[in-house]
Amino acid sequence: MVPGEPGPSWNPIIDLQLLWSFPFMVNAFRAGTIVAVLAGLIGWFMVLRRQSFAGHTVAVAGFPGAAGATLLGVAPVFGYFGFCLAAAAVIAALPRGRDAGYREESAVTGTVNAFALACGYLFIALYKGFLGGVNALLFGNFLGITDDDVLALLAVAVVALAVLAAVGRPLLFASVDPDVAAARGVPVRALSVVFLMLLGAAVAEASQITGTLLVFALLVMPAATAQRLTARPVASLALTVLIGIVATWLGLGIAYFSPYPIGFCVTTVAFAGYLLAHAARAGRFGLPRPRLAGGAT
Amino acid sequence: MTPLTRLDDAVQPSAPPAWPSTGDPVVCLRGAAARVGGRTLWRDVDLSVAAGEFVAVLGPNGVGKSTLVKTILGLQPAAAGEVRVLGGRPGRANHRIGYLPQRRGFDATLRIRGVDVVRLGLDGDRWGIPLPGSARFARRRRAAEARVAEVIDLVGATGYAHRPIGQLSGGEQQRLLIAQALVRRPALLLLDEPLDSLDLPNQGAVAALLGHVAHAEGVSVMIVAHDVNPLLAYLDGVVYLAHGAAVTGTPDEVINGPALSRLYGSPVEVLCTSDGRLVVVGAPEPPAVHADRHADRPSGARDGSR
Repeated sequence: MVPGEPGPSWNPIIDLQLLWSFPFMVNAFRAGTIVAVLAGLIGWFMVLRRQSFAGHTVAVAGFPGAAGATLLGVAPVFGYFGFCLAAAAVIAALPRGRDAGYREESAVTGTVNAFALACGYLFIALYKGFLGGVNALLFGNFLGITDDDVLALLAVAVVALAVLAAVGRPLLFASVDPDVAAARGVPVRALSVVFLMLLGAAVAEASQITGTLLVFALLVMPAATAQRLTARPVASLALTVLIGIVATWLGLGIAYFSPYPIGFCVTTVAFAGYLLAHAARAGRFGLPRPRLAGGAT
Repeated sequence: MTPLTRLDDAVQPSAPPAWPSTGDPVVCLRGAAARVGGRTLWRDVDLSVAAGEFVAVLGPNGVGKSTLVKTILGLQPAAAGEVRVLGGRPGRANHRIGYLPQRRGFDATLRIRGVDVVRLGLDGDRWGIPLPGSARFARRRRAAEARVAEVIDLVGATGYAHRPIGQLSGGEQQRLLIAQALVRRPALLLLDEPLDSLDLPNQGAVAALLGHVAHAEGVSVMIVAHDVNPLLAYLDGVVYLAHGAAVTGTPDEVINGPALSRLYGSPVEVLCTSDGRLVVVGAPEPPAVHADRHADRPSGARDGSR
């Protein structure tokens, strides 16, 4: 918070009016909302498919992409999209064990992960005087989002969500029950590739708000929280989007009125939601869960 | 499908008809053979399964029981002979086949309800998302929900179908998966070791359910099994694979000393315990080395119960 500026009034409407009187904050809210919706929905499938490690690796690949783009004098957004999609393609091309299902991707993913991070570090070392930007690449930034950036985020999100809507049901089938889905003629392998490309796009978008290392704040936390609360797919997806938007908006507000960085604020709000969901379930069913005599078969 | 009858009303199996019966077969193999990785698993297999028949595929590990199922699904081409499924080549009519692959069960943390898993069997392979609001959408949704509820009731899973499937027991999951396989009213149900990993009471209950599906609902059921005993009261026919060949017939014709001795080429005895269970004694163990996913199973699970 800049000294001399008013603190929060604790009236949400007045505070939002204050925040939205600044064009850079309006763009931050627009970009944050677009990213929260896309990352939430793609993240929901990622959590269901147990592909969080792949998501993390794709995000880490975005770091050398953005750093390398800066080094070459190109906008980081091209680096994010180029490297995230390329990393997703590499993971998609990895051979998968026949019965491995959707457990953790192989050690190759981890190898790519470490190398990507090292490359990003090299690019930063080569680009002298870039050090202030490292934090933004790794942990997020919401300043300086232009109208064009928002339009680019929106265009990518609309395309990605249209693809997700088209493949949604077979993707859910292939995620829950790959063997039966394959027997029913669902192209499980092709869907896995399509999903990884969608994941690459969602991660590249989220990286621009939360930074490379905190994408899970919007990718995993809302979905994990929603899946804790309900097992109904449609309700769970809607709840994921809602939680993602609330976390982003609250995080932006807190970041504006406090000295703390945006990545920390969004992540903390999302984490608080996750803890609350656990507490709510524990409270509803009692701790520990009682075993019914003869109830289990 | 015949009018809905609850499983409880029909646990008594109908008298097994002569097998193989006449009439248009749902599955028909003539001199069929299967080769996997350059090795002939079985050859000269003749088999005919008619509508509403319940047939078990038995045999030791690694003889190609699952391969037989995959051949019928068209996933594995027959190396020789003729295979016809639902009046056509294998793979042509897979939308009329309900298939339960061999599996380990759902991850305990999977947060998807049983009813959703059954619903995926109905329309999970459709692209796009139906647009809500239209009358056609509402009518279709009601019909789909009614069918899902009906088939869940048929397998007796109504009580727990709305719980996350990962939290259900193996027997409960298996019933819901059978419901998923049945939800599109298939003409043929193929199950790969569905009794595996179930305790004895659940093995009996699932076997009774499958017998009911075959005899009361008219669905041909083929089941790969390790242990014939839970199924014995309900089976119409048996395919016993061993030593690269097969014997087919009614359970009495196949599971006896002389028939299995001929198949194995060495003396085999079938003992009947006082409670009517059959035990195959003297069957040579399968080859010690075979690259097969059954290989990791503890040897105790193979013995004493065939």
